[in-house]
Amino acid sequence: MPRFISYAQAISEALVQAMQEDKDIFIFGLGVDDCKGIFGTTIEVAKQFAPQRVFDTPACENALTGIAIGAALNGKRPVLVHARHDFMLLALDQMINNAAKWTYTYHGQSTLPIVIRAIVGKGWGQGPTHSQNLQAVLAHFPGLIVAVPSNPVDVKGLFIQALKSNSPVVMVEHRALYDLKADVSQEPYRLPFGHARVVRMGRDVTVVATSLMVQETLKAATMLEAQDISVEVVDPVTLNPLDEKTILTSVKKTGHLLCADSDWPKCSFASEVAALVAEKAFYDLKAPIGRLGWKACPAPVSKVLEDEFYPDSQDIVQAILKLLKRHEVKVNPLKTIDSFSGPY
Amino acid sequence: MITKEIQKKLFDLMLKIRQAEEKIVEVYAKEQTMRTPTHLSIGQEAVAAGLGLALHKNDQIFVGHRCHAAYLAKGGSLEGFFAELCGRASGICGGRAGSAHLSDHSAGIYASPILSSMIPVAVGAALSFKMDGKNQVAVAVFGDAAIEEGVFAESLNFAVAKKLPVLFLCENNLYSTYSPMSVRQPSSPIFERVRIPELDTRQIDGNDAVLVYECLSRVVDKVRRESKPYFVECLTYRIREHVGPLFDYDRGYRTKQEVEAWMTKCPIKKLKQELIHSQIMTETAIKTLEEQWQHVCDEAYKKALAAPWPTENTLLNYA
Repeated sequence: MPRFISYAQAISEALVQAMQEDKDIFIFGLGVDDCKGIFGTTIEVAKQFAPQRVFDTPACENALTGIAIGAALNGKRPVLVHARHDFMLLALDQMINNAAKWTYTYHGQSTLPIVIRAIVGKGWGQGPTHSQNLQAVLAHFPGLIVAVPSNPVDVKGLFIQALKSNSPVVMVEHRALYDLKADVSQEPYRLPFGHARVVRMGRDVTVVATSLMVQETLKAATMLEAQDISVEVVDPVTLNPLDEKTILTSVKKTGHLLCADSDWPKCSFASEVAALVAEKAFYDLKAPIGRLGWKACPAPVSKVLEDEFYPDSQDIVQAILKLLKRHEVKVNPLKTIDSFSGPY
Repeated sequence: MITKEIQKKLFDLMLKIRQAEEKIVEVYAKEQTMRTPTHLSIGQEAVAAGLGLALHKNDQIFVGHRCHAAYLAKGGSLEGFFAELCGRASGICGGRAGSAHLSDHSAGIYASPILSSMIPVAVGAALSFKMDGKNQVAVAVFGDAAIEEGVFAESLNFAVAKKLPVLFLCENNLYSTYSPMSVRQPSSPIFERVRIPELDTRQIDGNDAVLVYECLSRVVDKVRRESKPYFVECLTYRIREHVGPLFDYDRGYRTKQEVEAWMTKCPIKKLKQELIHSQIMTETAIKTLEEQWQHVCDEAYKKALAAPWPTENTLLNYA
């Protein structure tokens, strides 16, 4: 029975359902049981399972990751939460040197069922160190599953899947998606890793978009539809494993590719998709590939600069028109309401 | 109470570790059959042997790069050990891990070489033991340089705050590669520097196997019973180079006299004298035991060399 619920509610529901089913799941990290409950996502699990299975910790990001590994070795399923993705930089030693290499290096002697949540911030002056996205770094090193859910339906299914997986999974959540609502089934369901979603069918251009940029691209597609430009939107859902086939099939159909990423373009997932298509679908391309992401500077605080820093649906429209050499087209902007108004 | 049996077991275990590593020394440079950087524990065997005997079978050890001694003391497979060093498919980790990651998970021994990186993993194991009401203990074994990395402090803080059954066991061998303590740490002893009111710490002679065993038996028992961490610093010394089989007193960072002085404090030599003096074992019996372990290691090495390599098509297994 689907209900119209938010991304944050979908996360909360997935965690509650998974924890009710599996007593080995526990959730820890700074502030997971406090009154704010990680932007509302852990309030319900804390009600039901604190303090034994939902508990607060010191801010020791690297140790917490190692602790998750040690507990996972002994049959637990830890969920470690970083309320800001940026803090995960302190945990990269454990994530890359231990977790990502564990099962391979020890030749399958043990597996690590760990879920690490990381929330990317945006808006209300989150600034240079509360807004970053490490997805490309995480997906670069073999051994970590990296999921980048862009909507409430996917985020629930991916969480249920992650909490049954035997590999370390990083869930890159986006704070600006937390209030996005959709019809979400109440029953627990699993979304497989490595299956991209064609979010919107189209014929003229493929946009491979991640996380928040999926939503921005859908707005852009609506605007362009009025001008008879048809946009296909592909959401990879997970960066590792990556569903290459869905991306390539789409590009072969449209002959145009724009990569719209919630990250800086240099050495990014957008670059990865561009390389993939250049390698495997070059002769299907009718125009050079485009990449769109954050401007090449840290995220500034001031609203004027912040707006300039992040690409939005208008920028995607312009990028698509450039790609299609349709500079003459004039597009009416959609009236959008930013549901996230702060303050933090 | 230290029985003759315990003394013999400690001696036997130290000989096993020493003979396994002497086999590496013998072939490492000459035969070049082990293409994996090895960090030998020669001279430091008493810590691992005392710990190994003080633990229950289902307790777990998490150790850094100098892991051979702990691996063997915890009951890691000896054949899997040599086969792993030789990169064979029958290696304990299929030839993927090598010397610095030597781990036999079924025996409860886990190794990873970024100095401090296994310390929080031990704390996590202890957390799960406490959550599940298991009567197990986790041990983090690390060198003096590991405490210089941030995750050591993070782990200690977490373990004390959450009252977890974990033993922090520091093997202080005075050097981090070629860097002496004097350029790395304050001059006060490590066990005093990490002490806080909620954490018991002590320092012992890490070259006295009987003493290590006596101390760690009591400490492990306390950790298990009271579910709280403990920190023990064992003073010991690495006789060979940091990585590799050679002596290194020609490299200028320590003197030959210093190394030789520590060689007289060799833990095996020390216990051997005690066993003979107390008439627990005769010199002949000791010689025979030595030869037995030598033979076992020779055979395990030969078997490793005869074992098949991993096939190329297994490269991506578990990837």
